[in-house]
Amino acid sequence: MMSSISPSIELIGSVRSESEVLFGDLRLAVRANQWTCLLGASGIGKSTILRLIAGLPTHVKLDGSIKSNDHLPISNRVSYMAQNDLLIPWATVSANVSLGNKLRGEKFSPEKKLKIIEKVGLMDHKKKYPFQLSGGQRQRAALARTLMENTPIVLLDEPFGSLDSNTREEMIDLTFESLKGKTVLFVTHDPHEAARLCESIYILGRQKTTSNRSLKPPFPKTYSDKLVFDLQYSLLEKIKSNRS
Amino acid sequence: MKAIIYIVCTFLSIFFFWELAVRLANPPPYILPTPYSVLVAFKENSQLIYEHSIVTIVEVLIGLTIGIILGMITALTLEIFVTARLILRPLLIFSQSIPVFAIAPLLTLWLGYGILSKVVMAILIIYFPVTSAFHDGLSQTPKRYLDLAKTMRGTNRRNLLYLKIPHSIPSLCSGIKLASVYAPIGAVIGEWVGSSQGLGYLMILANGRVKTDLMFASLFTLGILSITLFGLISYLLQISLSKYLKA
Repeated sequence: MMSSISPSIELIGSVRSESEVLFGDLRLAVRANQWTCLLGASGIGKSTILRLIAGLPTHVKLDGSIKSNDHLPISNRVSYMAQNDLLIPWATVSANVSLGNKLRGEKFSPEKKLKIIEKVGLMDHKKKYPFQLSGGQRQRAALARTLMENTPIVLLDEPFGSLDSNTREEMIDLTFESLKGKTVLFVTHDPHEAARLCESIYILGRQKTTSNRSLKPPFPKTYSDKLVFDLQYSLLEKIKSNRS
Repeated sequence: MKAIIYIVCTFLSIFFFWELAVRLANPPPYILPTPYSVLVAFKENSQLIYEHSIVTIVEVLIGLTIGIILGMITALTLEIFVTARLILRPLLIFSQSIPVFAIAPLLTLWLGYGILSKVVMAILIIYFPVTSAFHDGLSQTPKRYLDLAKTMRGTNRRNLLYLKIPHSIPSLCSGIKLASVYAPIGAVIGEWVGSSQGLGYLMILANGRVKTDLMFASLFTLGILSITLFGLISYLLQISLSKYLKA
Protein backbone atom coordinates (compact mmCIF):
# COMPACT_ATOMS: atom_id res chain seq x y z
CA MET A 1 0.00 0.00 0.00
CA MET A 2 1.25 3.47 -0.78
CA SER A 3 2.28 5.81 1.96
CA SER A 4 -0.68 7.85 3.04
CA ILE A 5 1.41 10.62 4.56
CA SER A 6 1.37 13.59 2.24
CA PRO A 7 4.81 14.58 1.00
CA SER A 8 5.98 18.00 0.01
CA ILE A 9 7.29 18.43 -3.52
CA GLU A 10 9.98 20.64 -4.91
CA LEU A 11 10.36 21.49 -8.57
CA ILE A 12 13.58 23.26 -9.57
CA GLY A 13 14.82 23.89 -13.06
CA SER A 14 14.00 25.38 -16.42
CA VAL A 15 11.25 24.27 -18.74
CA ARG A 16 11.68 24.63 -22.48
CA SER A 17 9.91 23.47 -25.59
CA GLU A 18 11.65 23.00 -28.93
CA SER A 19 11.20 26.61 -29.92
CA GLU A 20 11.17 28.61 -26.71
CA VAL A 21 11.93 28.78 -23.03
CA LEU A 22 8.69 28.53 -21.08
CA PHE A 23 10.08 29.07 -17.62
CA GLY A 24 13.73 30.04 -17.25
CA ASP A 25 14.30 29.54 -13.58
CA LEU A 26 11.47 27.80 -11.83
CA ARG A 27 11.45 27.12 -8.10
CA LEU A 28 8.23 25.71 -6.74
CA ALA A 29 7.78 24.36 -3.25
CA VAL A 30 4.52 22.48 -2.87
CA ARG A 31 4.06 21.96 0.85
CA ALA A 32 2.34 19.04 2.51
CA ASN A 33 -1.17 19.32 3.97
CA GLN A 34 -2.03 22.55 2.21
CA TRP A 35 -3.06 24.07 -1.08
CA THR A 36 -0.42 25.61 -3.30
CA CYS A 37 -1.61 27.73 -6.18
CA LEU A 38 -0.12 28.23 -9.63
CA LEU A 39 -1.59 31.43 -10.93
CA GLY A 40 -1.03 32.81 -14.38
CA ALA A 41 -2.56 33.93 -17.64
CA SER A 42 -4.12 31.38 -19.96
CA GLY A 43 -1.67 29.59 -22.21
CA ILE A 44 1.37 30.31 -20.08
CA GLY A 45 1.98 26.63 -19.33
CA LYS A 46 0.34 26.02 -15.96
CA SER A 47 -1.11 22.69 -17.01
CA THR A 48 2.25 21.65 -18.43
CA ILE A 49 3.76 21.90 -14.96
CA LEU A 50 1.01 19.67 -13.59
CA ARG A 51 1.66 17.15 -16.34
CA LEU A 52 5.38 17.14 -15.53
CA ILE A 53 4.62 16.40 -11.89
CA ALA A 54 2.06 13.73 -12.82
CA GLY A 55 4.62 12.09 -15.11
CA LEU A 56 2.45 12.54 -18.21
CA PRO A 57 3.90 13.15 -21.68
CA THR A 58 4.40 16.83 -22.55
CA HIS A 59 5.84 18.83 -25.42
CA VAL A 60 8.49 20.31 -23.12
CA LYS A 61 11.73 19.30 -21.45
CA LEU A 62 12.56 19.96 -17.85
CA ASP A 63 16.21 20.65 -17.07
CA GLY A 64 16.15 20.12 -13.37
CA SER A 65 14.39 17.94 -10.90
CA ILE A 66 11.09 17.16 -9.25
CA LYS A 67 11.63 15.72 -5.79
CA SER A 68 9.60 14.82 -2.78
CA ASN A 69 10.83 15.23 0.79
CA ASP A 70 10.45 11.49 1.42
CA HIS A 71 12.52 10.65 -1.69
CA LEU A 72 9.82 8.32 -3.04
CA PRO A 73 8.56 8.46 -6.61
CA ILE A 74 5.85 11.05 -7.14
CA SER A 75 3.92 10.09 -10.25
CA ASN A 76 2.51 6.87 -8.77
CA ARG A 77 0.72 8.63 -5.93
CA VAL A 78 -0.91 11.43 -7.79
CA SER A 79 -4.51 11.92 -8.78
CA TYR A 80 -5.62 14.45 -11.31
CA MET A 81 -8.79 16.48 -11.63
CA ALA A 82 -9.32 18.78 -14.58
CA GLN A 83 -11.77 21.37 -15.84
CA ASN A 84 -13.01 18.72 -18.20
CA ASP A 85 -14.35 16.19 -15.71
CA LEU A 86 -13.00 13.26 -17.81
CA LEU A 87 -15.92 11.04 -16.90
CA ILE A 88 -16.21 7.93 -19.05
CA PRO A 89 -19.44 8.44 -21.04
CA TRP A 90 -20.45 4.77 -21.20
CA ALA A 91 -20.08 4.15 -17.46
CA THR A 92 -22.45 5.08 -14.66
CA VAL A 93 -21.44 7.54 -11.95
CA SER A 94 -20.78 4.61 -9.66
CA ALA A 95 -18.58 2.85 -12.21
CA ASN A 96 -16.73 6.08 -12.94
CA VAL A 97 -15.92 6.55 -9.27
CA SER A 98 -14.16 3.18 -9.09
CA LEU A 99 -12.53 3.44 -12.53
CA GLY A 100 -9.03 3.57 -11.04
CA ASN A 101 -9.58 0.39 -9.04
CA LYS A 102 -10.85 -1.32 -12.15
CA LEU A 103 -7.90 -0.20 -14.28
CA ARG A 104 -5.49 -1.46 -11.64
CA GLY A 105 -7.46 -4.67 -11.24
CA GLU A 106 -7.68 -4.25 -7.49
CA LYS A 107 -10.50 -5.04 -5.09
CA PHE A 108 -12.18 -2.21 -3.24
CA SER A 109 -14.79 -1.88 -0.58
CA PRO A 110 -18.23 -1.03 -2.00
CA GLU A 111 -19.14 0.57 1.33
CA LYS A 112 -16.24 2.98 0.98
CA LYS A 113 -17.38 3.87 -2.51
CA LEU A 114 -20.95 4.47 -1.37
CA LYS A 115 -19.70 6.64 1.48
CA ILE A 116 -17.78 8.80 -0.95
CA ILE A 117 -20.71 9.06 -3.36
CA GLU A 118 -22.87 10.09 -0.44
CA LYS A 119 -20.31 12.63 0.69
CA VAL A 120 -20.37 14.41 -2.67
CA GLY A 121 -24.16 14.24 -2.68
CA LEU A 122 -24.72 11.97 -5.67
CA MET A 123 -26.54 9.09 -3.95
CA ASP A 124 -29.66 9.66 -6.05
CA HIS A 125 -27.62 9.82 -9.24
CA LYS A 126 -25.19 6.95 -8.81
CA LYS A 127 -26.80 4.83 -11.51
CA LYS A 128 -26.99 7.66 -14.03
CA TYR A 129 -24.69 8.20 -16.98
CA PRO A 130 -22.59 11.36 -17.24
CA PHE A 131 -24.73 12.85 -20.01
CA GLN A 132 -27.71 12.77 -17.65
CA LEU A 133 -25.92 14.99 -15.12
CA SER A 134 -25.54 18.76 -14.83
CA GLY A 135 -22.11 20.37 -14.99
CA GLY A 136 -21.95 20.62 -11.21
CA GLN A 137 -22.97 17.01 -10.71
CA ARG A 138 -20.36 15.86 -13.20
CA GLN A 139 -17.67 17.75 -11.33
CA ARG A 140 -18.90 16.15 -8.10
CA ALA A 141 -18.56 12.74 -9.71
CA ALA A 142 -15.01 13.63 -10.75
CA LEU A 143 -14.29 14.69 -7.17
CA ALA A 144 -15.70 11.40 -5.88
CA ARG A 145 -13.38 9.54 -8.26
CA THR A 146 -10.42 11.57 -6.96
CA LEU A 147 -11.42 10.79 -3.36
CA MET A 148 -11.76 7.12 -4.21
CA GLU A 149 -8.19 7.18 -5.53
CA ASN A 150 -7.18 8.55 -2.13
CA THR A 151 -3.66 9.53 -3.20
CA PRO A 152 -1.57 11.77 -0.95
CA ILE A 153 -0.97 14.21 -3.82
CA VAL A 154 -3.81 15.82 -5.74
CA LEU A 155 -3.34 17.96 -8.84
CA LEU A 156 -6.24 20.25 -9.70
CA ASP A 157 -6.34 21.86 -13.13
CA GLU A 158 -8.99 24.60 -12.96
CA PRO A 159 -11.61 22.19 -11.67
CA PHE A 160 -14.11 24.98 -10.97
CA GLY A 161 -13.56 26.83 -14.23
CA SER A 162 -16.69 25.73 -16.08
CA LEU A 163 -19.19 25.97 -13.22
CA ASP A 164 -21.76 28.69 -12.61
CA SER A 165 -21.17 30.79 -9.51
CA ASN A 166 -23.55 29.05 -7.09
CA THR A 167 -22.39 25.59 -8.03
CA ARG A 168 -18.84 26.81 -7.87
CA GLU A 169 -19.23 27.98 -4.27
CA GLU A 170 -20.57 24.58 -3.22
CA MET A 171 -17.88 22.76 -5.14
CA ILE A 172 -15.08 24.86 -3.65
CA ASP A 173 -16.21 24.16 -0.09
CA LEU A 174 -16.78 20.47 -0.73
CA THR A 175 -13.46 19.99 -2.52
CA PHE A 176 -11.45 21.87 0.07
CA GLU A 177 -13.07 20.04 2.93
CA SER A 178 -12.69 16.58 1.43
CA LEU A 179 -9.05 17.02 0.37
CA LYS A 180 -7.86 17.96 3.86
CA GLY A 181 -4.50 16.51 4.80
CA LYS A 182 -3.34 16.11 1.21
CA THR A 183 -0.70 17.91 -0.79
CA VAL A 184 -2.75 19.90 -3.25
CA LEU A 185 -1.37 21.74 -6.26
CA PHE A 186 -4.07 23.96 -7.69
CA VAL A 187 -3.84 25.57 -11.10
CA THR A 188 -6.11 28.51 -11.80
CA HIS A 189 -6.27 31.82 -13.63
CA ASP A 190 -8.65 33.22 -11.03
CA PRO A 191 -6.94 35.31 -8.31
CA HIS A 192 -10.09 35.11 -6.20
CA GLU A 193 -9.89 31.31 -5.92
CA ALA A 194 -6.17 31.52 -5.22
CA ALA A 195 -6.62 34.04 -2.40
CA ARG A 196 -9.39 32.05 -0.75
CA LEU A 197 -7.88 28.60 -0.86
CA CYS A 198 -4.11 28.69 -1.03
CA GLU A 199 -1.47 29.02 1.63
CA SER A 200 1.24 29.40 -1.01
CA ILE A 201 0.74 31.29 -4.23
CA TYR A 202 3.03 31.36 -7.26
CA ILE A 203 2.52 33.74 -10.11
CA LEU A 204 3.88 32.27 -13.31
CA GLY A 205 5.44 34.54 -15.89
CA ARG A 206 7.63 34.14 -18.96
CA GLN A 207 10.43 36.20 -17.43
CA LYS A 208 10.16 35.14 -13.83
CA THR A 209 7.97 33.17 -11.51
CA THR A 210 7.38 34.83 -8.20
CA SER A 211 6.22 33.47 -4.90
CA ASN A 212 3.54 35.78 -3.63
CA ARG A 213 2.28 36.77 -0.24
CA SER A 214 -0.79 34.75 0.78
CA LEU A 215 -3.32 35.03 3.60
CA LYS A 216 -2.86 33.46 7.02
CA PRO A 217 -4.74 30.22 7.87
CA PRO A 218 -7.40 29.04 8.44
CA PHE A 219 -8.60 28.26 4.95
CA PRO A 220 -10.86 28.40 3.05
CA LYS A 221 -11.72 32.08 3.37
CA THR A 222 -15.32 33.08 2.82
CA TYR A 223 -16.48 34.61 -0.38
CA SER A 224 -16.92 38.05 1.13
CA ASP A 225 -13.73 38.24 3.22
CA LYS A 226 -12.28 41.71 2.80
CA LEU A 227 -8.70 40.46 2.94
CA VAL A 228 -9.47 38.16 0.00
CA PHE A 229 -10.50 41.13 -2.08
CA ASP A 230 -7.36 43.10 -1.26
CA LEU A 231 -5.08 40.18 -2.12
CA GLN A 232 -7.10 39.34 -5.20
CA TYR A 233 -6.57 42.86 -6.53
CA SER A 234 -2.82 42.83 -6.03
CA LEU A 235 -2.55 39.35 -7.56
CA LEU A 236 -4.42 40.51 -10.63
CA GLU A 237 -2.02 43.43 -11.08
CA LYS A 238 0.96 41.08 -10.89
CA ILE A 239 -0.49 38.58 -13.37
CA LYS A 240 -0.95 41.44 -15.81
CA SER A 241 2.58 42.77 -15.36
CA ASN A 242 4.03 39.24 -15.63
CA ARG A 243 2.32 38.59 -18.90
CA SER A 244 3.98 41.47 -20.75
CA MET B 1 -43.22 5.01 -39.12
CA LYS B 2 -43.20 8.13 -41.25
CA ALA B 3 -39.95 6.94 -42.86
CA ILE B 4 -41.60 3.64 -43.83
CA ILE B 5 -44.51 5.45 -45.48
CA TYR B 6 -42.07 7.57 -47.47
CA ILE B 7 -40.12 4.52 -48.64
CA VAL B 8 -43.26 2.63 -49.65
CA CYS B 9 -44.54 5.66 -51.56
CA THR B 10 -41.20 6.10 -53.32
CA PHE B 11 -41.16 2.49 -54.47
CA LEU B 12 -44.79 2.57 -55.53
CA SER B 13 -44.17 5.61 -57.69
CA ILE B 14 -41.04 4.06 -59.20
CA PHE B 15 -43.11 0.99 -60.13
CA PHE B 16 -45.83 3.20 -61.50
CA PHE B 17 -43.51 5.12 -63.81
CA TRP B 18 -41.76 1.91 -64.80
CA GLU B 19 -45.07 0.32 -65.80
CA LEU B 20 -46.02 3.51 -67.62
CA ALA B 21 -42.70 3.67 -69.49
CA VAL B 22 -42.94 0.04 -70.61
CA ARG B 23 -46.48 0.55 -71.86
CA LEU B 24 -45.58 3.69 -73.78
CA ALA B 25 -42.26 2.56 -75.28
CA ASN B 26 -43.33 -1.04 -75.58
CA PRO B 27 -39.90 -2.77 -75.57
CA PRO B 28 -39.77 -6.56 -76.00
CA PRO B 29 -40.33 -8.25 -72.58
CA TYR B 30 -36.81 -9.78 -72.58
CA ILE B 31 -35.36 -6.25 -72.60
CA LEU B 32 -37.58 -4.76 -69.92
CA PRO B 33 -40.51 -6.60 -68.39
CA THR B 34 -43.28 -4.72 -66.58
CA PRO B 35 -43.30 -4.70 -62.77
CA TYR B 36 -46.47 -6.74 -62.97
CA SER B 37 -44.83 -9.54 -64.99
CA VAL B 38 -41.93 -9.52 -62.52
CA LEU B 39 -44.47 -10.05 -59.76
CA VAL B 40 -46.03 -12.90 -61.69
CA ALA B 41 -42.60 -14.46 -62.27
CA PHE B 42 -41.90 -14.14 -58.57
CA LYS B 43 -45.11 -15.95 -57.71
CA GLU B 44 -44.64 -18.70 -60.28
CA ASN B 45 -41.04 -19.34 -59.23
CA SER B 46 -41.41 -18.68 -55.52
CA GLN B 47 -40.25 -22.18 -54.53
CA LEU B 48 -37.19 -21.90 -56.77
CA ILE B 49 -36.33 -18.42 -55.49
CA TYR B 50 -36.83 -19.57 -51.92
CA GLU B 51 -34.44 -22.50 -52.27
CA HIS B 52 -31.72 -20.42 -53.89
CA SER B 53 -32.22 -17.63 -51.33
CA ILE B 54 -31.55 -20.02 -48.47
CA VAL B 55 -28.19 -20.92 -50.00
CA THR B 56 -27.20 -17.28 -50.38
CA ILE B 57 -28.41 -16.42 -46.87
CA VAL B 58 -26.33 -19.23 -45.37
CA GLU B 59 -23.24 -18.08 -47.29
CA VAL B 60 -23.77 -14.49 -46.20
CA LEU B 61 -24.34 -15.31 -42.52
CA ILE B 62 -21.30 -17.59 -42.26
CA GLY B 63 -19.13 -15.14 -44.17
CA LEU B 64 -20.35 -12.22 -42.08
CA THR B 65 -19.69 -13.98 -38.78
CA ILE B 66 -16.20 -15.17 -39.69
CA GLY B 67 -15.31 -11.90 -41.42
CA ILE B 68 -16.33 -9.80 -38.44
CA ILE B 69 -14.43 -12.01 -36.01
CA LEU B 70 -11.29 -11.99 -38.20
CA GLY B 71 -11.55 -8.22 -38.68
CA MET B 72 -11.85 -7.63 -34.94
CA ILE B 73 -8.90 -9.89 -34.17
CA THR B 74 -6.79 -8.09 -36.76
CA ALA B 75 -7.74 -4.66 -35.40
CA LEU B 76 -6.83 -5.71 -31.86
CA THR B 77 -3.53 -7.14 -33.08
CA LEU B 78 -2.75 -3.89 -34.88
CA GLU B 79 -3.53 -1.92 -31.74
CA ILE B 80 -1.57 -4.11 -29.33
CA PHE B 81 1.58 -4.85 -31.35
CA VAL B 82 3.48 -1.97 -32.92
CA THR B 83 5.42 -4.37 -35.15
CA ALA B 84 2.19 -5.89 -36.44
CA ARG B 85 1.01 -2.40 -37.30
CA LEU B 86 4.18 -1.72 -39.32
CA ILE B 87 4.01 -5.02 -41.20
CA LEU B 88 0.28 -5.60 -41.60
CA ARG B 89 -1.05 -2.15 -42.39
CA PRO B 90 0.73 -1.69 -45.75
CA LEU B 91 -0.22 -5.26 -46.59
CA LEU B 92 -3.87 -4.61 -45.78
CA ILE B 93 -3.96 -1.46 -47.86
CA PHE B 94 -2.24 -3.22 -50.76
CA SER B 95 -4.78 -6.04 -50.58
CA GLN B 96 -7.51 -3.44 -50.97
CA SER B 97 -6.05 -2.22 -54.25
CA ILE B 98 -6.86 -5.60 -55.84
CA PRO B 99 -10.54 -5.74 -56.78
CA VAL B 100 -12.18 -8.77 -55.14
CA PHE B 101 -13.97 -9.39 -58.42
CA ALA B 102 -10.62 -10.28 -59.92
CA ILE B 103 -9.91 -12.90 -57.27
CA ALA B 104 -13.28 -14.62 -57.59
CA PRO B 105 -12.25 -17.01 -60.43
CA LEU B 106 -9.15 -17.99 -58.46
CA LEU B 107 -11.22 -18.75 -55.37
CA THR B 108 -13.51 -20.96 -57.42
CA LEU B 109 -10.48 -22.71 -58.88
CA TRP B 110 -8.99 -23.33 -55.45
CA LEU B 111 -12.06 -23.90 -53.33
CA GLY B 112 -14.48 -25.40 -55.80
CA TYR B 113 -18.02 -24.68 -56.86
CA GLY B 114 -19.51 -25.24 -53.43
CA ILE B 115 -20.41 -22.88 -50.64
CA LEU B 116 -16.84 -22.41 -49.40
CA SER B 117 -15.60 -20.17 -52.22
CA LYS B 118 -18.62 -17.87 -51.70
CA VAL B 119 -18.12 -17.69 -47.95
CA VAL B 120 -14.47 -16.77 -48.47
CA MET B 121 -15.52 -14.17 -51.01
CA ALA B 122 -17.89 -12.60 -48.51
CA ILE B 123 -15.18 -12.69 -45.82
CA LEU B 124 -12.66 -11.01 -48.13
CA ILE B 125 -15.02 -8.20 -49.03
CA ILE B 126 -15.97 -7.32 -45.43
CA TYR B 127 -12.67 -8.03 -43.69
CA PHE B 128 -11.07 -4.68 -44.44
CA PRO B 129 -14.03 -2.39 -43.56
CA VAL B 130 -14.42 -4.14 -40.19
CA THR B 131 -10.69 -4.08 -39.42
CA SER B 132 -10.33 -0.48 -40.46
CA ALA B 133 -13.39 0.81 -38.58
CA PHE B 134 -12.55 -1.02 -35.37
CA HIS B 135 -8.89 -0.05 -35.43
CA ASP B 136 -9.75 3.59 -36.08
CA GLY B 137 -11.96 3.55 -33.00
CA LEU B 138 -9.29 1.90 -30.87
CA SER B 139 -6.49 4.20 -31.92
CA GLN B 140 -8.61 7.33 -31.62
CA THR B 141 -9.38 6.87 -27.94
CA PRO B 142 -9.03 10.43 -26.59
CA LYS B 143 -5.62 11.09 -25.10
CA ARG B 144 -7.20 12.69 -22.04
CA TYR B 145 -8.73 9.34 -21.03
CA LEU B 146 -5.43 7.56 -21.53
CA ASP B 147 -3.63 10.25 -19.49
CA LEU B 148 -6.14 9.77 -16.71
CA ALA B 149 -5.61 6.02 -16.92
CA LYS B 150 -1.88 6.62 -16.66
CA THR B 151 -2.20 8.61 -13.44
CA MET B 152 -4.39 5.77 -12.19
CA ARG B 153 -1.57 3.31 -13.02
CA GLY B 154 -3.80 1.20 -15.24
CA THR B 155 -2.19 -1.72 -17.07
CA ASN B 156 -2.14 -1.77 -20.88
CA ARG B 157 -4.43 -4.77 -20.98
CA ARG B 158 -7.01 -3.16 -18.73
CA ASN B 159 -6.80 0.18 -20.55
CA LEU B 160 -7.62 -1.73 -23.72
CA LEU B 161 -10.46 -3.61 -22.09
CA TYR B 162 -12.09 -0.78 -20.15
CA LEU B 163 -11.25 2.32 -22.21
CA LYS B 164 -10.17 1.63 -25.77
CA ILE B 165 -12.60 -1.16 -26.68
CA PRO B 166 -15.66 0.55 -25.20
CA HIS B 167 -14.65 3.79 -26.89
CA SER B 168 -14.35 2.06 -30.26
CA ILE B 169 -17.74 0.35 -30.15
CA PRO B 170 -19.55 3.04 -32.20
CA SER B 171 -16.95 2.76 -35.00
CA LEU B 172 -17.01 -1.02 -34.81
CA CYS B 173 -20.80 -0.89 -35.20
CA SER B 174 -20.53 1.24 -38.35
CA GLY B 175 -18.01 -1.28 -39.66
CA ILE B 176 -20.36 -4.17 -38.96
CA LYS B 177 -23.30 -2.39 -40.57
CA LEU B 178 -21.20 -1.71 -43.65
CA ALA B 179 -20.17 -5.37 -43.64
CA SER B 180 -23.81 -6.49 -43.58
CA VAL B 181 -24.35 -4.56 -46.82
CA TYR B 182 -21.15 -5.80 -48.48
CA ALA B 183 -21.36 -9.46 -47.52
CA PRO B 184 -24.26 -10.29 -49.91
CA ILE B 185 -22.33 -8.59 -52.72
CA GLY B 186 -19.37 -10.87 -52.05
CA ALA B 187 -21.48 -14.00 -51.96
CA VAL B 188 -23.32 -13.13 -55.18
CA ILE B 189 -20.09 -12.37 -57.05
CA GLY B 190 -18.85 -15.78 -55.98
CA GLU B 191 -22.04 -17.36 -57.28
CA TRP B 192 -21.78 -15.58 -60.62
CA VAL B 193 -18.32 -16.88 -61.25
CA GLY B 194 -19.11 -20.50 -60.65
CA SER B 195 -21.84 -22.30 -58.76
CA SER B 196 -24.94 -24.38 -59.12
CA GLN B 197 -27.04 -22.70 -56.45
CA GLY B 198 -27.75 -19.32 -54.87
CA LEU B 199 -29.47 -16.14 -56.02
CA GLY B 200 -26.43 -15.10 -58.07
CA TYR B 201 -26.58 -18.39 -59.92
CA LEU B 202 -30.31 -17.97 -60.48
CA MET B 203 -29.75 -14.52 -61.97
CA ILE B 204 -27.13 -15.79 -64.40
CA LEU B 205 -29.38 -18.72 -65.28
CA ALA B 206 -32.43 -16.52 -65.89
CA ASN B 207 -30.35 -14.10 -67.89
CA GLY B 208 -28.98 -16.89 -70.09
CA ARG B 209 -32.46 -18.15 -70.84
CA VAL B 210 -33.78 -14.66 -71.54
CA LYS B 211 -36.15 -14.93 -68.59
CA THR B 212 -35.66 -11.32 -67.72
CA ASP B 213 -38.71 -11.26 -65.46
CA LEU B 214 -37.18 -14.02 -63.29
CA MET B 215 -33.89 -12.13 -63.34
CA PHE B 216 -35.64 -9.07 -61.92
CA ALA B 217 -37.52 -11.15 -59.39
CA SER B 218 -34.23 -12.61 -58.10
CA LEU B 219 -32.66 -9.18 -58.06
CA PHE B 220 -35.46 -7.73 -55.91
CA THR B 221 -35.32 -10.72 -53.61
CA LEU B 222 -31.60 -10.10 -53.09
CA GLY B 223 -32.26 -6.42 -52.43
CA ILE B 224 -34.98 -7.13 -49.89
CA LEU B 225 -32.83 -9.73 -48.14
CA SER B 226 -29.90 -7.31 -47.93
CA ILE B 227 -32.04 -4.51 -46.52
CA THR B 228 -33.62 -6.87 -43.99
CA LEU B 229 -30.19 -8.10 -42.90
CA PHE B 230 -28.93 -4.52 -42.52
CA GLY B 231 -32.02 -3.49 -40.55
CA LEU B 232 -31.86 -6.53 -38.30
CA ILE B 233 -28.18 -6.11 -37.54
CA SER B 234 -28.55 -2.37 -36.90
CA TYR B 235 -31.40 -3.11 -34.52
CA LEU B 236 -29.53 -5.84 -32.66
CA LEU B 237 -26.44 -3.64 -32.27
CA GLN B 238 -28.58 -0.75 -31.09
CA ILE B 239 -30.36 -2.67 -28.35
CA SER B 240 -27.38 -4.68 -27.15
CA LEU B 241 -24.81 -1.87 -27.09
CA SER B 242 -27.01 1.16 -26.44
CA LYS B 243 -24.97 2.46 -23.51
CA TYR B 244 -21.88 2.77 -25.71
CA LEU B 245 -23.78 4.32 -28.59
CA LYS B 246 -25.86 7.06 -27.03
CA ALA B 247 -23.17 9.03 -25.25
